[in-house]
Amino acid sequence: MAVIHIDGKTYTVAGGENLLRTCLSLGLEVPYFCYHPALGAAGSCRQCAVKQFASAEDVEAGKGRIVMSCMVPTSDDLYISINDSEAKAFRAAMIELLMTNHPHDCPTCAEGGHCQLQDMTYLSGHHARKYRFTKRTHENQDLGPFIAHEMNRCIACYRCVRFYRDYAGGSDLGVFASANRVFFGRAGDGVLESEFAGNLSEVCPTGVFTDRSHGKRYNRKWDMQYAPSICHGCAVGCNISAGERYGELRRIENRYNGSVNGYFLCDRGRFGYGYVNDRSRPCTARVDGQEQGPENALRAVANLLRGKKVLGIGSANASLESNFQLKTLVGAQHFCAGESCAALALVSQALALQQAAAYVPTPREIEQADAILILGEDLTQTAARLALAVRQAANNAGRAQAADLGTPDWLDEPRRRITQDALAPIYLAALSPTRLDDIAQASCIASPQGVLDYARAVRDIVQGRAIPEEDPQGLYAHAAEVAAALCKAKRPLVIGGTSLQSPALIENAAQIAAALPGCGLNLVVPRVNSAGLAYLGGRGFAAFEPAAYDAVIVMENDLLGAPEGWREAVLDKTLVVLDHQSLSWHERARALLPAASFAEGDGTVVSYEGRAQRFFQVYDSKYHDPHSCIEESWRWLYALRGLIEQGESDWSTLDRVIAELAAAQPALAKIAQAAPPAAFRDHRMTIAREPSRYSGRTAMRAPLSVHEPKQPQDADSPLAFSMEGYRGRDMPAALIPFAWTPGWNSPQAWNTYLDTPGGKVRGEDNGVRLDRAPDTAPAPEIAFPQVKAYPVVPVYDLFASAPWRDKLPLFDARERPARILMTPKVASVLAVVEGERLSVTHRGRQRMLPVHIDERFADDCIGYPMRSGERLDGDLRIDKGSRT
Amino acid sequence: MNTTPIPVYVNDAADITTRPLTFRLKSHEAVLDLSTYESLQGFAGLRKALAMAPEEVLDEIKDAAVRGRGGAGFPAGTKWTFMPAPDGKPRYLVCNADEMEPGTFKDRLLLEKLPFQLIEGMLIAAYAINASHGYIFIRGEYIEAARHLEAALDACAKHELIGGNILGTDFSFYLHLHTGAGRYLCGEETALLNCLEGRRANPRYKPPFPQTAGAWGRPTVVNNVETLNNLPAILVNGSKWYKDLNKVYGKSDSFGTKLFGASGKVTFPGLWEEPFGLTARQLIEERAGGMREGLGLKAWLPGGASCDFLTPDHLDTVMDYDQIGKAGSRFGTGLLMVVDDTQDMVALLRNMEEFFARESCGFCTPCRDGLPWGLKILEAMEAGAGRGGDIEALAALGDNLWIGKTFCAHAPGAVEPLRSALRYFRAEFEAKIAVPVSVKKVEAC
Repeated sequence: MAVIHIDGKTYTVAGGENLLRTCLSLGLEVPYFCYHPALGAAGSCRQCAVKQFASAEDVEAGKGRIVMSCMVPTSDDLYISINDSEAKAFRAAMIELLMTNHPHDCPTCAEGGHCQLQDMTYLSGHHARKYRFTKRTHENQDLGPFIAHEMNRCIACYRCVRFYRDYAGGSDLGVFASANRVFFGRAGDGVLESEFAGNLSEVCPTGVFTDRSHGKRYNRKWDMQYAPSICHGCAVGCNISAGERYGELRRIENRYNGSVNGYFLCDRGRFGYGYVNDRSRPCTARVDGQEQGPENALRAVANLLRGKKVLGIGSANASLESNFQLKTLVGAQHFCAGESCAALALVSQALALQQAAAYVPTPREIEQADAILILGEDLTQTAARLALAVRQAANNAGRAQAADLGTPDWLDEPRRRITQDALAPIYLAALSPTRLDDIAQASCIASPQGVLDYARAVRDIVQGRAIPEEDPQGLYAHAAEVAAALCKAKRPLVIGGTSLQSPALIENAAQIAAALPGCGLNLVVPRVNSAGLAYLGGRGFAAFEPAAYDAVIVMENDLLGAPEGWREAVLDKTLVVLDHQSLSWHERARALLPAASFAEGDGTVVSYEGRAQRFFQVYDSKYHDPHSCIEESWRWLYALRGLIEQGESDWSTLDRVIAELAAAQPALAKIAQAAPPAAFRDHRMTIAREPSRYSGRTAMRAPLSVHEPKQPQDADSPLAFSMEGYRGRDMPAALIPFAWTPGWNSPQAWNTYLDTPGGKVRGEDNGVRLDRAPDTAPAPEIAFPQVKAYPVVPVYDLFASAPWRDKLPLFDARERPARILMTPKVASVLAVVEGERLSVTHRGRQRMLPVHIDERFADDCIGYPMRSGERLDGDLRIDKGSRT
Repeated sequence: MNTTPIPVYVNDAADITTRPLTFRLKSHEAVLDLSTYESLQGFAGLRKALAMAPEEVLDEIKDAAVRGRGGAGFPAGTKWTFMPAPDGKPRYLVCNADEMEPGTFKDRLLLEKLPFQLIEGMLIAAYAINASHGYIFIRGEYIEAARHLEAALDACAKHELIGGNILGTDFSFYLHLHTGAGRYLCGEETALLNCLEGRRANPRYKPPFPQTAGAWGRPTVVNNVETLNNLPAILVNGSKWYKDLNKVYGKSDSFGTKLFGASGKVTFPGLWEEPFGLTARQLIEERAGGMREGLGLKAWLPGGASCDFLTPDHLDTVMDYDQIGKAGSRFGTGLLMVVDDTQDMVALLRNMEEFFARESCGFCTPCRDGLPWGLKILEAMEAGAGRGGDIEALAALGDNLWIGKTFCAHAPGAVEPLRSALRYFRAEFEAKIAVPVSVKKVEAC
C-alpha cells in the first residue's frame, strides 16, 4: 500500500506500479503515447510529464521537478502535481513538437475520430502551431491486405515495434534510420508476417498503421453502429466489437476482456468477417424455388415437416440457443450435433478432463505460467490468441531476477536487458515446425503416434512409473528433462487439444497435469461453440440412419465433416436449410430460411475453457433491405415449433429461449448469467449501440424511401439501435458495445472502463465459467486415412483453415500455400518429387495440390492442408496428377 | 576528417612523474611496438597491480579519485565499486573510444600513438574489477588508431599480456577491438553498449546502471580512453603522488594531469598535458600562442560543443571540473574551442545544432523533433529570414530540452551552447530577425 498526494488530494493505492498507471486507475487524466499496459513503460514520448515534489513543504514552496510519470514507481509519500503550470506547459510543448511533422490530414485520415493523438492533443491543450517550416516526409510501404501504412503521420512512440517484435515475436517490422528520419516499417514492401499484425491498427496511437480492410469500406468510428460480440474464428472466445454501417459489417476491433483476449486479437479474428457482407448470402426465405415472406415460408416449412420423422443437424458454429431450439423441435433423439461421433466424443472428453483438472487457466492466466508443455497442437494456427499468451509466459522468465535488481517488470527495456534471452521452459511436440519454436526450449517434430509416445513418456516419469531400460531414441531422456522442468515450476501448464484427433493424447495431457501440484490444463477444441455443443449433447452423423427419416433440417452446417455417402443420403430427403451462407447443395433444399450470422443475431457460445459468453446483434438487416427476413436460427425454429405444435407462430425472445434452455439443461443453467437480460437498464436507460455523434440516420435510407421508418426495436437485449441511451464507464462488461468515454475516442478508451489499465473490466470481466462437466461417452481413437500405409494427418493454417474461408478473399495473399507435406523418405516411397501436383479426393471433393518435401515434417506421415470444417476420419485418396 | 598530425607539446623534462600520459612521446613520435613500450616503463604498472590483490588495486584507484575524462567527471574508482560481487559469469570492461565531441581530439592522440598504454590501463582496471572480457569501442573514423590498436592487441596476445593467465598469473582478460559506425550518440555509455550488442544506438534507461546490468545484461564498467590511460602511472607512483600533482600550480582541487587543448583561430592549436591549475587564459595565450594576428576572442567553449559558452570575462577561470562549473559551463573534455570576434554566432550555432540534430537517435520527442526545429529557425535566421517569435521559440526549446525532460543527456548538451549564446549574444540573434513583411512591402513600393 502506498499513500500518495496528487494536486492536494490524498489517495491510498496499491503501489509498485508506475505512477502513470496509478493516475489512470484513479481516473486522473494524464496524456501518454509510448506507454501501453501490455508493453510497459519506455519513456520515449515524454508526454506524461508531471511535477514531483520531495515533500509537502516543497509543494508549498513550489519546488518540484518535471518527471515522466510512466517511469516513476508509485511509492509511499509521493507528492505529485498533474495540474502544475510548468508540467502542463511542458506537455503542450511535447504535443507541439510531435505536430511539427504530423500532417494536417485528419479529415482524410482513417484514424480520425479514433485517434489517440487527437485525444491527447485535446487533453494537452496545444492548438496553435508556431512551427512554420516544411515537414519531413516518408515513402509508405505496401504491407499486405490487412494493414495500410502512412508513415508521414508517425509520432515515433515506438509502440508498433515494441508490440510487433518484443510482444508478438515478429521480425519483419522494425525501426530504421535515426534522428527525425526514424522509419517504422519493413525492409521493403511485403505482407506482414505476424499473425497479430492487425493489432498495429490499435497499438499505433495515430494513423500510421490502419485497418486496410476497413479502409476499403470506410466510416468514421462515430458513424458506425456497434454491438459487443464474440469472435467466431476459433474456440478461444475473444471479445470483439463489431461495427456496422449501411447494413454492412465494416470493422472488427478488439473488445477488452481482462480474462481472455486483453488488448489483442489475431488476424483471423480481426479480418475474417468478410463472409458477413458476402453478396451471395441468402437474405430471403425460399420455398421450392419461390421467394416467400417469413410467415408464409414458415407455414410451408411446417407443412413440409408436419407428421414426418425429422432429423435435425446442428452446428458448432451456431449458438447454443439455435442448437437447443433445433434439438427441442426434432427431439433429443433426433438431434445430430453436426460432427462425427468420434469428434464429438473427443470434445466432450476434453471438456470433462478439463473440468476435472485442478486448475484451468484463462487465456490471460496462461501468461503467468512458468513452464508449459504443448502436446500436438500448433497453437498459432488453431488458437492463435493462446499462442500469444504462451509467448508472454516464455518472456516472463527472469522477472524475479529483475526484481532482485530493483527493476519492476513494467520498466520494459531494463527488464529485458536484465533477463536477456531468459525464457521460461516451453516444450512443444507437433507435426511440423511451429511459430512458437523460437521461444521453445525444445520443439519436437513427430507423427501423431510420436507425439503420443512423447506424452506417455512424460506421463510415466511424472507419475513415477517404471520406465523402460531401453531408450534407443532418447525419448525418455528428453521426457525426463521436460518432466523436471514442469516439476520445478510453480505454475506449470499442459496444453493439448483435439487437432490430432486422439483421446489418448488428451488423456495423457490430463494425467501429466494431474500428477503435478498446481498444474494447469488447457485443452483446445476446434470451433467457436464446440464446447457448448458438448454440453448440449447430441450425437454424431453415423449415429443416425438416413433411411429412418423423411425430412432433414440442416442448421448452419456445411456438412464438410459428414461422410460422403451419408451426406448424399441426407440431402435426398425433404431438406430444410437454415444458413447465413449460400452453399452449392442448398439448391436441393425444399426450403431455405435465411439465418443470422453473429452480426445480425444474438446468442451464446462456450469457449474451450468453458466460458459462456453472449454475442449481440450489431444491426437489423431489415432496416437497410426491406426484403430481408434474416432471423437467428433459434427464432425461426421457435416460431416453427409453435406453428407445428400449436398452429401459431411465436417469434419469441432471447430471454425466453435462454430460460427454456437453462431449465432443460441444468449443466448450462449458468449461461443466463453471461449477460444481463433484456429488461436490464443502466441508469434507467437502454445502452446505445451508436456513438452520440452518429450521423446521417435520417438520410441513409433515402435511396429506399424518403419515409423514415421507426428505428428497429430490440426485444432481446438491453441494447438499443440508437444513439440515445446510456454510455458510461460502469457498464457491465458484457454490454459495452464500443470503447468511448468522454475525451477518449481511441482504443485507449478501454483503460477507462478498467479497474486499472491491463486489469479487469470494472467489476468483472465478460463471461461466466460453466462449472459442471458435460456428459461423456468413451471417445474412440480416430483413425486417419491411410495412403500406402502412411496416415494422412491434418496441417492447420490460421487463414486457410478459417471458418467460411471461401468467402474471405482478403486471406488469399496471407495464407500459406496449400501443399501436401512429407519427408524425403516418404516422398521416395511414394515416388513423388517436390512441386509435383497430386490429386487429392476427400469426401468426394477433389483438389489438386503440390507436394512439398521437407525434412522438418513428421516422418511416416502425409500432411494434408486443412480447410475449415474438414475432418480427416475417412475416405481420402491421393492420385498422381499432372506434373507442373 | 582532418588527418594532419596532432601538434603535441611534450616538455623535455617530462617523465612518468610529471607527464604520466605523454612522457613516452618525448623521445618517440609514437610507441607502436611492445619492446619500445616496455623499455619506457611500459607494463610496470600492470606488473605492480598483479602483485597486489584486486581490492587493493581498486582501493588505490579509488583513493586517487581519478575523475572520468570523457566529460562527466564521475570518479572512476567509485564507479567501479557499484559492481556487484563476482558470480562466476562474464563481467565486462569497456573502453569508450568513440571520441566524437566536436573540437575534441585527446583520445585520438593516445589511441594513435600510445596503444599499449591504453591496453595496460584496461588490464589494471579489469584486474581491479574482476572483468573477464573487454571491448575497446572505437569511433569508426579512427582508422589509424584502430590499426595501431589491432597490432598492439596482437602483440599483447603473443606475449601473454591479454587472454588467459596473463603474465603467468590466474588473471585472464580477453580484450577485443570493436569499431563503431560513426554515431555521436555511441559516446553515451549505454548507447555504446546497445551498439556493441548489435542493437540501435539508443541510450538505455538508468537505473539499472551498466555496473549492474550493462553489456548483455551483465555487470559492466565503461571508462574513457584518457581515464584508463591514467591508471598505469598511478600504480607506479601511488595515489598520493597523483593527488599531489595539482600542487604544481596550486590552484585546483582536481587531481592528476589532463590533456588540455585548443582549437579555433588560435596561433598554435594543439594538445598539452598539464596538471590541473592552469587558467583558460594561460592555455590560450601561453600554450596556444593567443589569437591569430588581427583577431580578438569573442567566446570560448571549455570542453567540446555540448557545453555553455564562456566569454573573455571568464578567461581567468582555472580549467577544472569545479571552477568551470561555477563559471556557468561544464569542464567537459577540457579541450577549448575558441570563437574569434569575426564569427557570426548565429551561423556558428546553426553549424552546431545541425550536428546535434543529425546525431539524435530519434528516441525521445524533445530531442528528435525539438533539435530540427531549432536548426530550421537558425537556418532561417542565418539566411536573413528570421521572424518575430523565433528567439522566444529557441529559448523555449532551450527549456523544454533541458536536463530531466529528455531521455538522455544529448539534447541538454545540444542546447547548452544555444542557451548560453542567447544569454551572452542575444543582440546578434535579434539582428537576424527580418524587418516585418508589411514594412518591407511599403519599401518596395
